[in-house]
Amino acid sequence: MATTADSFQAHTEDHAHHDADHKPGFFARWFMSTNHKDIGTLYLIFAIIAGIVGGAISGIMRMELAEPGIQHLQFWAEFMGGTSDFDTALHMWNVFITAHGLIMVFFMVMPAMIGGFGNWFVPLMIGAPDMAFPRMNNVSFWLTVAGFVSLLFSLFVPGGTGPGAGTGWTVYAPLSTTGSQGPAVDFAIFSLHLAGAGSILGATNFITTIFNMRAPGMTLHKMPLFVWSVLVTAFLLLLALPVLAAAITMLITDRNFGTTFFDPAGGGDPILYQHLFWFFGHPEVYIMILPGFGMVSQIVSTFSRKPVFGYLGMAYAMVAIGVVGFVVWAHHMYTVGLDVNTKMYFTAATMVIAVPTGVKIFSWIATMWGGSIEFKSPMVWAIGMIFLFTVGGVTGVYLANGGIDDVVHDTYFVVAHFHYVLSMGAVFSLFAGFYYWFPKMSGKMHSELLAHLHFWGFFIGVNVIFFPQHFLGLQGMPRRYPDYADAYTYWNEVSSFGYIIMAGSMIFFFANLVYAFVAGRKAEDNYWGEGATTLEWTLSSPPPFHQFSQLPVIEDHHTAHDHMSEPKPA
Amino acid sequence: MTTATLESRKNRTALLALLGALAMLGLGYAAVPLYQLFCQVTGFGGTTQRATESDAEIAARLGASAGGRTISIRFDGTTASDVPWSFRPEQVTDTVTIGQRDMAIYLAKNNSDERITGTATFNVEPEQAGAYFNKIQCFCFTEQVLEPGQEVRMPVLYYVDPKALDDPNMDGVEQITLSYTFHRALESAE
Repeated sequence: MATTADSFQAHTEDHAHHDADHKPGFFARWFMSTNHKDIGTLYLIFAIIAGIVGGAISGIMRMELAEPGIQHLQFWAEFMGGTSDFDTALHMWNVFITAHGLIMVFFMVMPAMIGGFGNWFVPLMIGAPDMAFPRMNNVSFWLTVAGFVSLLFSLFVPGGTGPGAGTGWTVYAPLSTTGSQGPAVDFAIFSLHLAGAGSILGATNFITTIFNMRAPGMTLHKMPLFVWSVLVTAFLLLLALPVLAAAITMLITDRNFGTTFFDPAGGGDPILYQHLFWFFGHPEVYIMILPGFGMVSQIVSTFSRKPVFGYLGMAYAMVAIGVVGFVVWAHHMYTVGLDVNTKMYFTAATMVIAVPTGVKIFSWIATMWGGSIEFKSPMVWAIGMIFLFTVGGVTGVYLANGGIDDVVHDTYFVVAHFHYVLSMGAVFSLFAGFYYWFPKMSGKMHSELLAHLHFWGFFIGVNVIFFPQHFLGLQGMPRRYPDYADAYTYWNEVSSFGYIIMAGSMIFFFANLVYAFVAGRKAEDNYWGEGATTLEWTLSSPPPFHQFSQLPVIEDHHTAHDHMSEPKPA
Repeated sequence: MTTATLESRKNRTALLALLGALAMLGLGYAAVPLYQLFCQVTGFGGTTQRATESDAEIAARLGASAGGRTISIRFDGTTASDVPWSFRPEQVTDTVTIGQRDMAIYLAKNNSDERITGTATFNVEPEQAGAYFNKIQCFCFTEQVLEPGQEVRMPVLYYVDPKALDDPNMDGVEQITLSYTFHRALESAE
C-alpha cells in the first residue's frame, strides 16, 4: 500500500515538473476543478454575484424606508408573483430582510473570506502545492452554490402570507414553524443545510492543510497571521455549524413531521431554538471577521514595511476571541427573560472579548507607528477597516450591557452596530484583501486611482447610511419594520441618501475590474515591494497552475547567521 | 517524512475534525433533554418544582420557624388560539404564608361542541421564584379531557419553599405570578 502511494506520488511530481502550467479544458477546469486557486477564483466570482443580489435587496429596503408609509412593497409583491394586497406587501418586507441577511452572511462574506481568499492564499502562504483534499474542496464550492440556488428558489414559492421565507435570518420558532406555512421556509432551511455542509467540509480541509502541509521550517509560530486567522475560523466553523444544523433540522421536523422540539403544546420550548441558534450565531460573527483580521494584519505590515507588532499576541488574540466567542451567546437574547445573574455573566463575558480585540487594534496601530507607510489602495481600505471596526466595537461594548440592551434591543442601534462591524469591518477588509491580491491572482494591475475613488465613495456612503441609524435606534425606532413614525423621517432620508453614494462608489469597483483586464499592465512577482514578505510574493503573478513542486524552506531568523551558505528564504 | 505518512496524517486530521463536527451535531440534539433537565433542576426560566406530601410538611415546619411571613400569589390562565375553552382562576390573587400549602382553583369550560383534550404549560414570574414554587398536586401534571359544554373546577395544591427567604435574589419579590396556558394535546399523545 505504502509503496503504491509512494510511486504514484513520485510519478505525479515528475509529471508536474515538466508542465507545471498545463491547464485542463474550460469545462473541466472551472466545473470539475481540483485546483485551490481556481476554486478560490470561483468562490470570489460567486461572492461578487451574491453580493450584487444582496446589495440590490438592501437598495430596495432603503428605497422603501426613505419616507414613512408603504411605497414600493406592493410593486415588489406583484413582481415576485404574489398578490398586491397589503399583507403580502408587508410579507415581502420580511422576505427582503431575510434574504439580505442570509445572502450577505452565508453567500457573500463567508465564501469570499474563507472560500475565496482562504483557498487562494493559505496553501501559497504555507508553501503547500494545494489543499489537502482538492476534490472535497470542489464539493464544498458546489454545495455552497446549490445552497444559494435553494435560497433563491425559496423566493418564488409560497411562504405563508406571500411568496418567500419571511422569518429573518435567525429563523426563530414559532414564526418559522407554525407561523410560516408553505415550502419557502423549508427551501431556505435546506439552503442553510447545504451551505453549512459545504463550510464544514471546507473547514476540515483547511485544518488538515494547515496542520500537515506546511513547508519545512514553517512552524505554527511562523505562519503568516492570515493563515492563523483561517485556522481559528475553521475551528469555529467546525464546532458552531453542526449546532445550527441540529437546530434547523429540528425546525424541519417540527414543520413537517410532527415533532415538538420548539412547540410548548408538546413540551418543547421556543427559547431553546434561540439558545441553539445563537450558540452558532455568535461564533458565526467571528467567523465573518477573523479572516478579515488576518488580511488586515498582512496589509498593514506590508505597507508599513515592518513586521506585525506583537505577532504571538496577535495570533493568540484570535484564538482567545474564538474560544470566548463560544460562551457569550445569550447576549443576543437578554430580553427573553434571563435572570439577573445570567445577564451579569453574559455581560461580563461579552466585555472580556473587548480585551483580545483591543490587543489587535493596538497592535495594528503599533505596527504602523514609526513605519514607512505607503497609502496604497489596500492600506487605505485596511485603515478604514480598523477605524470603522473600532466604532462598531465600541457600540458593541455598550450593547453588551444587559441593562442597556433591554432598552435598545431590536432597535436600529443594533442594526447600526452590526453593520459597522460587518458591512464595514468585514467588507472593508474584503476590499482591502481584494486590492492587495487582485494583481497576484489575475496578473494584471488595477488602477490605484479608481481603487481610491471606490474607497472614498464607499467610506462616505456607508457612514452616511449607518451612522444616523444610531440616532434612530436611540430614539426607539424598531428594526424589521417597513414603516415608521413620522418623527424618524429625517435620518431615514439621510440613510437612504447614503445608500446612493455607496452604490455609486461600486461603479468604480466594477470599472476597475474592467480596466484591469482590458488595459491593466502586467503585475510583477512582488508588486508591493519589500514590505510584502510572505511566500505568495516569491511566485509569479498569477502563480503557476501548480506551485511549490520543490518545497520552499523557511529558515529560523534567530539562527540565520549559521546558515549563510544556504539560499535565503523569501 | 514520506508521502505515505503524509497521506495517513492528513486522513487522521480530517477524521478527527469530522468527528468533532459530528460530536457537536450530537451535542446540539443532546441540548434538548439537557436544557429540560437544567430548567427542572434549577428552576431556570420560571420552571416550577414538584414536591411530595412529606416535602410539604417539612416546608411547613421550616416556614413556621421562620416567622410565618406571607407572600402574594397572582394567578393567570390563558388558552392557545385553537383551544375554544374559557379558562380562568376562581380567585385572581391570594396571600399565603411562606411554607404553608394552599389550594387554588381554576375554572375551565369547553365552549365548543367537540370533545377536546388539553394539556397545560406553566411557569412563574419572576423567574428566580421558579426554584421555590412547589406543586404537590396540579391539573397540569396530566391531560384534561372536556366534553362539549362541560365545566370543571381544577385544583392546584402548592406551597412556597421557605428557602426563598435565604436567597438574596428573592429580596424584594412581593408577588409571584403563576401562569398556565392550555394547548390542544397532540393526537399522538391521546
